[in-house]
Amino acid sequence: MAWFKKKTDEKPKEKKKGIPKGLWVKCNGCEEIIYGKELELNNRVCPLCQYHFKLNVLERINLIIDENTFIEYDKNVKSDDPLSFKDLKRYEDRLKSAKEETGLEEALVSGEGKINGHDAVICVLTFDFMGGSMASVVGEKIFRAVDRAIKKRFPVIIVSASGGARMQEGILSLMQMAKTTAVLAKLGKEKLPYISILTDPTTGGVTASFASIGDVIISEPKALIGFTGARVIEQTIGQKLPEGFQRAEFLLEHGMIDMVVERKDMKKTVAQILDFFKNRQ
Amino acid sequence: MSSIPLAFENEIYILEKKLFELKKPDSGAKSLSEAKELEKKLEQIKGKVYASLTPWQRVQLARHPQRPYTLDYVKLIFDDFVELRGDRLFSEDQAIVAGLAKIDNKTIMLIGHQKGRGTKDNLVRNFGMPHPEGYRKARRLMKLAEKFGFPVVTLIDTPGAYPGIGAEERGQGEAIANNMEVMIGLQVPVICVVIGEGSSGGALAIGVGDKILMMENAIYSVISPEGCAAILWKDSSKVEDAAEALKLTAPDLLNFGIIDEIIPEPIGGAHRFKEDAARNLKNAILNNIKILQDIPVSRMLEIRFEKFKKMGRFIE
Repeated sequence: MAWFKKKTDEKPKEKKKGIPKGLWVKCNGCEEIIYGKELELNNRVCPLCQYHFKLNVLERINLIIDENTFIEYDKNVKSDDPLSFKDLKRYEDRLKSAKEETGLEEALVSGEGKINGHDAVICVLTFDFMGGSMASVVGEKIFRAVDRAIKKRFPVIIVSASGGARMQEGILSLMQMAKTTAVLAKLGKEKLPYISILTDPTTGGVTASFASIGDVIISEPKALIGFTGARVIEQTIGQKLPEGFQRAEFLLEHGMIDMVVERKDMKKTVAQILDFFKNRQ
Repeated sequence: MSSIPLAFENEIYILEKKLFELKKPDSGAKSLSEAKELEKKLEQIKGKVYASLTPWQRVQLARHPQRPYTLDYVKLIFDDFVELRGDRLFSEDQAIVAGLAKIDNKTIMLIGHQKGRGTKDNLVRNFGMPHPEGYRKARRLMKLAEKFGFPVVTLIDTPGAYPGIGAEERGQGEAIANNMEVMIGLQVPVICVVIGEGSSGGALAIGVGDKILMMENAIYSVISPEGCAAILWKDSSKVEDAAEALKLTAPDLLNFGIIDEIIPEPIGGAHRFKEDAARNLKNAILNNIKILQDIPVSRMLEIRFEKFKKMGRFIE
C-alpha cells in the first residue's frame, strides 16, 4: 500500500490560488484552461468567464496610474515587532518570508501619480503580503499619504485587499483602524475626495475602517467584501450562507457600495469621477 | 457573595468561608484570635494572587458573569438616567444601551455595551454583541450630545460586533467605520472606558475619544484569545498562550501608549466589590470631564487627532 499512497502524495497541488505565472493557467472561476499570455493581455481577467484574478501591486499601479508618473512614498517605513510576537512561528520570520515572497517591505505601497492626467495620491494593499493585513506600517503609510494629499490638495485613491487587522501587532493593529479613519476624516474636512476601491477579498478591520468611508466606493466584480469571514458566520448561526453572500453584487444590492466596475473600465471610471470633483467649491 | 470562584480564586474563597465560621459570635475567644491570624494570612494571599494575575486570568475576570455591566454602573454612579432607544433607521439594538445621565448634577450622554445576565436576558442583549443598529443608535445619540454640548462617556464591554447575515447585509463594517469617523470630530469631550471585555472593531466602534481608560482587570484586544489560538496556533485550546502573546491587559496598553489611565479595582476584582469599583470609575469620569472642560474645543480636537496619529510602532 505504501508505494501507492506515496504516489498520490506526490501529485502537484491542484487549484492553488494566488497568481499563477505559467504558460497555461486554470481559471479559478470557470476552471477552464486559459493561455497565460492571453490572461496577461486581458488585465488578468478570464476571457471566458470574466473571473478577476488577483493583481500584484505593480500590476495594480500600472492599471490605474499613467505610465512613468508614479512616485513612491515612504519606502523606508518598516515593520518592527513591538509585541515580540510568537505563535507557531515568530512574527519576525513571517515578515521575512513575506518580504522574500513578494519583494515588498509591507502589505501596502503608497505614492502619487496621474490618472488620465489627474493628480492623485494612491495606496495599494496587496493580499500577497500576510493576507494584506493592517498593522502599524500600513496605518502609518496611509496616514502619511493622506496627509501629503491634504498638503498638495490631491484626491486620494485606496485600493483594498485585506484579511483585516494583523494579529501579530495586537492592539496596535486595531488602533490603525482609528488612525486611518481619523486622517481620512480630515481629508474630508478639507473637501478633498476619497475614492475607495474594493478588490477580492476585503474583510475585517479594513472593511470596518477606511475601505467603507469613501466618498465613492467602487468594487471589482464578484469581490468578497464583508466584516466577518463567512466561516465564522456559518459557525455562529449554524447554517450555510446563501449563494453570492458578501460578494460585490450583494453589497451593491444592499446599498453598501456605489458601483461594480470591471477591471478594464476601472481607470477611466476613476478618472471620470475625479473630473467631476474638479469643479468642487 | 454567591459567585462561583474562578480556579485561581479557590483558595481565597475557602479561607474566607473558614474566617466567616470563626467569626461567628458563638465560636469563643480562641476562635477570635485564630480569626485574626487567618485574616492576616488571607490578606497576604489575596495581595499575592491579585498582584500576579496572568493575562488569561485577567481575561476570565474581564468576562466574569458577575462583573458589573453598563446598567449596573448606571445604578451605582449616576444620579439620574433616561434611556433613549433606536437608530431611527431600522430597529432598536439592546446590545448597546444609551441615554442621558446625570453625574454630580452634570448632564452627560452615556453609551455602553450591555451583556445579559442569564440566558433569557442574554438573548435580549445578544450577549453584548451589537448589530449595525446598535452602533447607529450610538452615533445618533453622540450627535445629539454634540448638539447640546453634553460630554459623551462610553463604557466598552463586548465579545465583538455580531457576526450574522443581517449584520453583514446592513453594513456592520460601515457602521463601525462611520462611528469612528464621527467620534474623531465630535465637538464635545469624549471619554471611553473599557470596563470588561474590549474585543476588536466591535469595541473600537465606541472607543475613539479624548481619553481612553481601562479598568484594572479589563482586556482590550484585536481578536479574542480563542480566535487567535484557532487561527495562528491552529489549536483552540492554546488560549492561554494567545492571551499572553496578544498583550491585552491594561498595563500592556498603558505601556503601548494606547490608554491614558488604569482605573484601580478593589483587591478581589470588580465582580466581588461592585460599589468600590463604581466609586473609582466615577472619580475617573469626573476627573477627566473636569480636565477636558477647560480645553477649548478646537484644541481638544487637535489633541484627540494627535493621540491617534501617534499610535503604532515601526522602524524608519
